[in-house]
Amino acid sequence: MTTYDISIRPFGIHSILVEWPNRVEEAILENILQFIQHLKNHCFEDEKWELVPAYNSLTLIHREKPIDFENFKGQLLEWYAADKKEVYREKLLWRLPVCYDLEFGIDLKEISGLLGLSMEEIIKLHTEHRYTVYGIGFLPGFMYLGGIPEVLEVPRKPTPRPKVRKGAVGLAGKQTGIYPQDSPGGWNIIGNCSVPMFDPKKSVPCFVNVGDKVQFYPIERAEYDLHKIEGEVGIYTVEKIILDA
Amino acid sequence: MLKVLKSGLFTTVQDAGRYGYLNMGVPVAGYMDSFSAQKVNMLLENDDDAAVIEITMTGPTLEFGEASYICLGGALISATLNNEPIQPFHVIKVEKGDILSYGKLKKGFRSYLAIKGGFNVPLILGSRSFFSSITDKDHVVDRAEIPYKVLKHFTPKISEIKVDSFLDEKVLEVSKGPEYEMLTDKQLESLFYREFHISNENNRMAYQLEEQITGHEVSMLTSATLPGTVQFTPSGKLIILMKDGQTTGGYPRILQLSDKAISILAQKKFHDLVSFKLV
Repeated sequence: MTTYDISIRPFGIHSILVEWPNRVEEAILENILQFIQHLKNHCFEDEKWELVPAYNSLTLIHREKPIDFENFKGQLLEWYAADKKEVYREKLLWRLPVCYDLEFGIDLKEISGLLGLSMEEIIKLHTEHRYTVYGIGFLPGFMYLGGIPEVLEVPRKPTPRPKVRKGAVGLAGKQTGIYPQDSPGGWNIIGNCSVPMFDPKKSVPCFVNVGDKVQFYPIERAEYDLHKIEGEVGIYTVEKIILDA
Repeated sequence: MLKVLKSGLFTTVQDAGRYGYLNMGVPVAGYMDSFSAQKVNMLLENDDDAAVIEITMTGPTLEFGEASYICLGGALISATLNNEPIQPFHVIKVEKGDILSYGKLKKGFRSYLAIKGGFNVPLILGSRSFFSSITDKDHVVDRAEIPYKVLKHFTPKISEIKVDSFLDEKVLEVSKGPEYEMLTDKQLESLFYREFHISNENNRMAYQLEEQITGHEVSMLTSATLPGTVQFTPSGKLIILMKDGQTTGGYPRILQLSDKAISILAQKKFHDLVSFKLV
């Protein structure tokens, strides 16, 4: 496995931050996820660790014990150096249904003007690309997706809306994503995803993991309504494809 | 059941927090002032993760449906049981029909009510702590009923303690955050040699500070944040994330509050003063 020049810094007494080179790169993300596997499989003896990967960093938080920084830093570097073998990690592609009707895509018209693309072209571009999940945070189940085509880059709205509805699919700068719950937000809203991205009633409330891929596909209003009902009773399924490594 | 006759300004149920889901963006939540909440649980010989009621500024009026033992602590709010004054950090027996009322807030901001065995609201993702989008309610409403176990007899090992109050404490002990090194001498000076007022933007998610320091143009990739992380926005605003704070963020994390400093800050309200001390 490639070894990067990682840096390790203290982050309060309960956590420690490991950073990879400051770039948005799939290879870096994969290296972080490989290291997480290695830590879980061979290094950590208790279950009290929380591991939060995002873009080029991994934050390790211990729920109970304070971390002895100098010692643990040395230990982590040793573990990283020993993590030579790449393990098989299932790579998943989630196909997520989005209704781009104007009732949901409240900014479609406006950004069609801004980008000089028809609404159909925007929807085509938005659905034909696969996005990488570089992080989950900000709200429960909110994915930071990378890999958006340059022609869809549009600045966030000058004034955020006080309320963006749950499921709203937005564009902002180099990012696209789904609001997993009602929330204030400044992204340009182009549609609504009909499956819940976060469901606290499930033992795994968020089915997507960092490192997975996401691709949207357009659905009609009738199908959207059906998914919503399925979602309310918790019987929805999400289309999952296992990608070859 | 504990019957909520009046809910107060912002009353929630909180335990030690929700762990195991940070990588899915779920904030830890849990009692804001752990120091006080752990003390009231300790007096009742509860575990740290027994759920308590967190009261914000204006207290509720509550009627006990069964006998048990309670303990109050945290912010100083005058409280009465059936119109008789009761003291914080004392184990107090309650009977069916007793009414607990809160009066004037004298000092601090958040107060705790613990009950023997803890409040038994549903355990969701390993925690009873209220959090919108995870639990049904994000705060206790009028006429709500909060379950707890009936308990007729309990002899506490210690029935009262004197707690060193930190409600007047203004100094927040901090360590260097991951992006501390970006700070210029001028920014460091304004950060450590002055006091800051708490802005009116303060809640369980974050406390913003009124005064700004010189801004910056450092951009970074989104990375994890913790309760007690001090974020530094490009315009120079300081935002201190608290227990319901987001799990990731894109603003430089210049300082990290100690656990005790989080408890101290949790007792501050609009216009109170705080300062930072690097340890």
